[in-house]
Amino acid sequence: MGLTGLDIFKQLPKTNCKECGQPTCLAFAMQIAAGKAGLDQCPHVSDAAKEALESASAPPVALVKIGTGDKEIQLGNETVLFRHDKRFEHPTAITISVCDTDDNIAGKVQEINKLVFDRVGMTFSVNMVAVCNCSGDADKFAAAVKTAQENTEYPLALMTEDVAAMEKALEIAGAKKPLIYAATAANYEAMTELAKKYECPLAVKGADLNELAELSEKVTALGWKQLILDSGAREVNKVLADQTQIRRQAINKRFRPFGYPTITFVTNDDPVQAVLDASVYIAKYAAIVVLNTADPADILPLITLRLNIYTDPQKPIAVEAKLYEVGEPGPDAPVFITTNFSLTYFCVAGDVEAARIPAYILPVDTDGTSVLTAWAAGKLTPESIYELMQKTGIEEKVNHKKLILPGGVAVLSGKLNEISGWEVLVGPRESAGIPSFLKQRWS
Amino acid sequence: MAVNILKDTYKSKVVEVTLGTDDKALKIGGESTLPFLHFEGEMPNKYVLVLEVFDMEQDDWPDNLKAAYADVMNDPVAWAKKCVEYGANMVALRLASVHPDNKDASPEEAAATAKAVADAINVPLLVVGCGVEEKDAAVLEKVAEALAGKNCLLGNATSENYKAITAAAMVHGHNVVSQSPLDINLAKQVNILMTEMGLPTERIVMDTLSGAVGYGIEYAYSIMERARLGTLMGDRMLSMPIIAYVGQETWKAKESKASVEEFPEWGDQVKRSILWEVVTAAALAQAGASIFVLRHPESLKQLKVHLDKLYESNAY
Repeated sequence: MGLTGLDIFKQLPKTNCKECGQPTCLAFAMQIAAGKAGLDQCPHVSDAAKEALESASAPPVALVKIGTGDKEIQLGNETVLFRHDKRFEHPTAITISVCDTDDNIAGKVQEINKLVFDRVGMTFSVNMVAVCNCSGDADKFAAAVKTAQENTEYPLALMTEDVAAMEKALEIAGAKKPLIYAATAANYEAMTELAKKYECPLAVKGADLNELAELSEKVTALGWKQLILDSGAREVNKVLADQTQIRRQAINKRFRPFGYPTITFVTNDDPVQAVLDASVYIAKYAAIVVLNTADPADILPLITLRLNIYTDPQKPIAVEAKLYEVGEPGPDAPVFITTNFSLTYFCVAGDVEAARIPAYILPVDTDGTSVLTAWAAGKLTPESIYELMQKTGIEEKVNHKKLILPGGVAVLSGKLNEISGWEVLVGPRESAGIPSFLKQRWS
Repeated sequence: MAVNILKDTYKSKVVEVTLGTDDKALKIGGESTLPFLHFEGEMPNKYVLVLEVFDMEQDDWPDNLKAAYADVMNDPVAWAKKCVEYGANMVALRLASVHPDNKDASPEEAAATAKAVADAINVPLLVVGCGVEEKDAAVLEKVAEALAGKNCLLGNATSENYKAITAAAMVHGHNVVSQSPLDINLAKQVNILMTEMGLPTERIVMDTLSGAVGYGIEYAYSIMERARLGTLMGDRMLSMPIIAYVGQETWKAKESKASVEEFPEWGDQVKRSILWEVVTAAALAQAGASIFVLRHPESLKQLKVHLDKLYESNAY
């Protein structure tokens, strides 16, 4: 368990000086406990207190980085078993593997590069390319690693248990901090030396949880702590059990050998089952999931599920409350009112796009809540709508005075008409009805 | 180094509900652990996979979904039989025609359809109204009467219309889906109201509502997890088995419908639409749902393989 706010509070100066940005020392302590503030924001805290708190509040799951630059991946730092207890911190790194026996490695890597998707106004992609030494030949592996590195910006995972092959590959790719996969009972001393030499994260693979714990301790005893854990399980039911144990032991028992992020492999031959297995690993604690498909139809649902599961439950995703244009709207274009909850906004934007009629959308700032939630909370009101209309200058953009309101909040139409002077059309309850609504009611 | 396996001990378990009668009967619930953690508890009863039948043709479905029911879409009885052929453990009859905006069919007409479907199949039946609360209360009363003694599942009772549906279920021997809008407290409240009328907890299945992947699934995921945790800690009013209407959500998502010409970066539509349905279901299975209402028979086939694997023991 992490420290409670009260444990932290006892070590603070109790000046209530507000210099940390919080109203009181107790409030500041609560923020630290929630992971929303750092101790360094308090200028008065004593060195003794700092040391006591930092050692006691060391994260149960270590932060491990793979790669360099823009595409660097951060994993770990997780503190809970259920997202509703706080949040999941670092999204699962989706990794696609290529074999060194493949005839067209460059081509496959370029396919992987294309796995970039637009979701709720942001782009999401896969995170890493794993190069496997399927051939068992060190030179072939090194050549494959070289080709992969030349064709992608993503960090690499170098996958061979052969120390000589790993050494050759690291000569090529070592400077970019790839993941070394993997140290086993047979080779861990040499692999750890390589990891230390190149300062790269090292995956530790056990035959089961017992062997994994043993290896993890041995590698840390050799002085390397940038680890990724592989329990060796490959069937979905067993992976689920192992992932649960590793996360539980690290968080509930502070069991240090399991205090690292994990890697999982999807080995199912059936393509649909492979995606299903991966979806379980994303939901259940895997820091890395390795797949061997680069089909966008396979990857899109996984990237979307990952985005959902790792969304902060306390902070809905919101878009900026401003005037948005769909297509190139002219002065006759319809104007839609909605809220700035990103899920709501992009549903509306997607359906307006589907209608193939250029339009304006005005998402009212409702602190990222949906239409009905915002209405119930008094955040979507005739006043807040009119305020946004004035702020965005929509009156100068169009030569009509007609607004389209979500069908769910039809009750707002009368008052809105009164204060704005605009004619208010009540649209469909679901945005999916927008195309037919426009056909019938907007000519 | 031997790792001490951490096993949580729980006070309570999910209520067992029986649907259907005699050799048709299905038992659900009874889990005394978090989903699929066989090393610390039991999952004595299997999941239930349901396919939907509509009492009127569905025009706006994508071609690959229509194709699965091409010759039966205007005949609910034949459609239901087809669902059983496809391997459904239960059939969900959706009375879309009673909606005032559709045919506004009468409760009597709906009850006759439900009776015909129930008589034609050898699996339990779930009957779902049109979503207009008042109308559903009237319709489900008649349906309950027509199906008396068949121990069906009637849905969906909300805080607005639970009284009529609960009373009808008690008189005619049925079970009820209690529905609440993505809120653990409201879910509990509807269950309390229904049990206060005298309906035993063993006759209630819970629908906490869900979105598809990309459309708010994370809210449903967390609510289902909280319900299961609450159940295991001993909260009787959250301990009913959970039903997830997966098909209705995923098949309206753009990702299921849009052609590859529209979104070339998304890949093949047929593959994508099935994956959208099964990934949504698989994620909700991890959160605690055990009854999955699906639309495409291919999704059913794939989900069965996946869940069978997860039902295999992973005890240490």
